[in-house]
Amino acid sequence: MSKGPYSEKVMDHFMNPRNMGEIESANAVGEVGNPACGDVMKIFLDIDDDGIVTEVKFKTFGCGAAIASSSMATELIKGKRVEEVLALTNQSIVESLGGLPPAKIHCSVMAEEAIEAALKDYYERKGEDPSIVDKMKENIKKDNPEGGN
Amino acid sequence: MAFLDNAAGTRPDERVVEKMLPFIKEQYGNPSAHFYPLGRESFEAVALARQQVAEFLGAKEDEIVFTSCGTESNNLALKGALNHPSRKDKKHVVISEVEHFSIQNPLIDYLNKGYEITKLKVDETGLINIEELKSVIREDTALVSIMFGNPEIGTMQYSDEIGKVCREKGVLYHIDAVDGAGHVKIDVNELNCDLLSIAAQNFYGPRGAAALYVREGVKLVSVLQGGHQENGLRSGSENVAAIVGMGEAARIAREEMDDYVPEMKRLQKKLWEALSNMFDFLHFTGHPDRRLPGHVSFWIEYIEGESLLMWLSLKGIYAASGSACSSNILAEDEEDLVASPVLTAVGVPDDVCAGSITFTMSKYTTEEEVDKVIDELPGIVKKLCEMSPAYNRND
Repeated sequence: MSKGPYSEKVMDHFMNPRNMGEIESANAVGEVGNPACGDVMKIFLDIDDDGIVTEVKFKTFGCGAAIASSSMATELIKGKRVEEVLALTNQSIVESLGGLPPAKIHCSVMAEEAIEAALKDYYERKGEDPSIVDKMKENIKKDNPEGGN
Repeated sequence: MAFLDNAAGTRPDERVVEKMLPFIKEQYGNPSAHFYPLGRESFEAVALARQQVAEFLGAKEDEIVFTSCGTESNNLALKGALNHPSRKDKKHVVISEVEHFSIQNPLIDYLNKGYEITKLKVDETGLINIEELKSVIREDTALVSIMFGNPEIGTMQYSDEIGKVCREKGVLYHIDAVDGAGHVKIDVNELNCDLLSIAAQNFYGPRGAAALYVREGVKLVSVLQGGHQENGLRSGSENVAAIVGMGEAARIAREEMDDYVPEMKRLQKKLWEALSNMFDFLHFTGHPDRRLPGHVSFWIEYIEGESLLMWLSLKGIYAASGSACSSNILAEDEEDLVASPVLTAVGVPDDVCAGSITFTMSKYTTEEEVDKVIDELPGIVKKLCEMSPAYNRND
């Protein structure tokens, strides 16, 4: 029997979302919305003095793919250094989920953007220019021309 | 399992299937082959079905054209009317904002050909304004096409009143009655219509058979040209088994509708009342009273329709959603994910609503199925609310 439009991995993360919730004391919070379909994604990070993501949570108002993308994204960045977190592309989220329907790729892009927004918030709270995030991403892209969408 | 997506197609009646089987197996004659019994049997079976469908609609046999689906009936009504040489100078069409895509999309071509389309607005309950209809009909109006009942929000228009206006103005009137036939009495004379679409799958018949009622004297051109079947209005070898099934389904609906519709309405009321008391952030869509029997539709703040639909499905409850995300999931592009124009038309705020849920019942819907929804929905909603960044309540 056909499994339907979503992979088993997507269904697993939809039914059992990892790291769902909020971090009251988060030192990095990012929220993005997709006006096309009304989805909203919010990412909470706890980043320690060594620049390592020690805790991550998400909240999502969206479809199955949006929930699964947020859940998978949090799994992929937990315990990683900020530089590694910034290297996460939407493509790696899609691959880790065993694929997404073409019309739902934007959900993985939203997850990448929510993490980026959280890191901008992190630098801003530290009194630094948040545009450092864009520069760091640029450099990562130069080093890895593969990239995402 | 609780199957509450009957607007997508009902379970065929066992008696319908029984009537169809011989025409799938041994009675495989082509109705156009009159010179041997096998063909004549099929010809007579189609004739009987035509009579049954005509009786179902209060029409004459010659006024029934068999097609393959509701979409085809709607396309034949529109294109057949607009392309007829007698209406070549009439380049204005009136529809409502909440018509099915099989009415809205064919008209895009006509816009490009210089036609003007007036889309009547609906109020928050989904009803058009009859006075507004009167005011927009012009000398060059070729056709008015307004659906009988809306599959997404359940609202039933005052189709007979619309028909009176069209009669007075001398304008051709088409009704898409795909949703409603088999659950509400449809009489083409009471409705004052010239054209009317129905589909067998919506009243316990098979997929693959539908019909367009064409009032005697109304001139149409065909969309499919070929061997002149269906009085030249719909060429192509008839799907005899499906047509036979449609005839039987029409007979059963005509004879038994009064027996099964009250129970559908009772279950509809039960579900409606249970949902009313469930959450204060659930909002019903459509008209509170003028609704298709067994139709319950709503949206919930903070919760996206596809997610809710998926969780219902995981719990064995099958429904439909008018959310952008579930609109065209197999599309190649996110551009093809379109928010429901029906929800927009009835003024649902898109900043808090991301899709509605529609439960549609049938004569087979049981109390247990409705109870399953009432039992499972609170847990699913709680789960999705906890996940939603928009939900900040403590209740």
